[in-house]
Amino acid sequence: MMNVSVFIDRENKTIQLNNISIVSDLLKKLNINPVTVIVSRNNELILEDEKLKDNDEVKILSVISGG
Amino acid sequence: MNCCNEKPVIALYSGEKLCKSHFTEYFENKVFKTIRQFELLDKEENLGVALSGGKDSLTVLHILNRLSQQNPKIKTNAIAIDEGIQNYRDKTLEKAKEFCNKNNIKLDIFSYKEEFGLTLDEMLKILDVKPCNICGIFRRYLLNKKSKELKLTKLATGHNLDDECQSILMNQIKNSIEASARLGPKVGIAQDDKFVQRIKPLYLCTEKEVTTYAFISGLLDEFNECPNVSQSFRAKVRDMLNELENKFPGTKYSIVNSFLQTLPLLKQKFKDGAIKVCIKCNEPSANDVCNACVYLEKLRKRVVVN
Ligand code: SF4
Ligand SMILES: [Zn+2]
Ligand SMILES: [Zn+2]
Repeated sequence: MMNVSVFIDRENKTIQLNNISIVSDLLKKLNINPVTVIVSRNNELILEDEKLKDNDEVKILSVISGG
Repeated sequence: MNCCNEKPVIALYSGEKLCKSHFTEYFENKVFKTIRQFELLDKEENLGVALSGGKDSLTVLHILNRLSQQNPKIKTNAIAIDEGIQNYRDKTLEKAKEFCNKNNIKLDIFSYKEEFGLTLDEMLKILDVKPCNICGIFRRYLLNKKSKELKLTKLATGHNLDDECQSILMNQIKNSIEASARLGPKVGIAQDDKFVQRIKPLYLCTEKEVTTYAFISGLLDEFNECPNVSQSFRAKVRDMLNELENKFPGTKYSIVNSFLQTLPLLKQKFKDGAIKVCIKCNEPSANDVCNACVYLEKLRKRVVVN
């Protein structure tokens, strides 16, 4: 297992994932529709098929306008 | 399918993956193509951009301002409405001011408080109405009135493909087909000098594309959400559409593209619904008295009674 720290909705969370996990596994675990977010790591956008590593710091940003 | 050897930042629904610079080019070209295809701009314009400070309106302003720099006959200004929503609009307006300052863009801000005497927050304490309903009525009213006063030739908004798709479906569900006739990249059924023509340069860009562009261009701020937003029917339709899009990529394009094919027929069908003017304020209205004046009257009565 590995730990990924996730910043989402102005909060930091730590999520445990299997060792060979990609971004879409993370989104699935959080029950997030990939159409509704963009994901970044070290301020670079990453796609759903990107491999995640232990201790990665990932930001999930909603694409939905706030009004 | 990658565009080049650079790391991709987005996967399009077609499966194509684009890097930062190829996506930027793709996105800007799409906006310029939309402007040409739907004839959104004439040779000379004194454009206004309805700026909320959110990513969509900042993106439109960013791109139209670039266009102005290349073509001095197209002037770009910004106009913002301060509804008076505490902890939300104050924050997004800061972002709007900062952007306009930095880029030397003229920004005019008009507030509900100054124009109507009450903020939206105050109005909602007096009247038992759906917030977005009354908020939208007053915003459209002020945007049109002030655009005319500022002699703007057109008003560009940040509406994207997702917004349009939601509106199309909402009108179907409510059987409001005449409202759909007013949709499209150029808003309204007939051109009329009572209305400042509203245009939607991001018409064919998905919300995800706009957010990606805003992120890359440094326009994406921390997420701000209006406290009233979750109560809306629109949010339900949006979630449903996003589920469909995830299962059947391209759904939103299909809905908007098929709508575009019927739109000329819809505009034709409803073209005789003449635009009246409100007997109280002279602004365009479907009835003798416009919705804004109806609500203002209600607010006035309540304020006096209390
Ligand atoms: S979400 Fe509703 S209340 Fe909030 S700004 Fe938008 S229209 Fe107004
Ligand atoms: Zn590339
Ligand atoms: Zn009126």
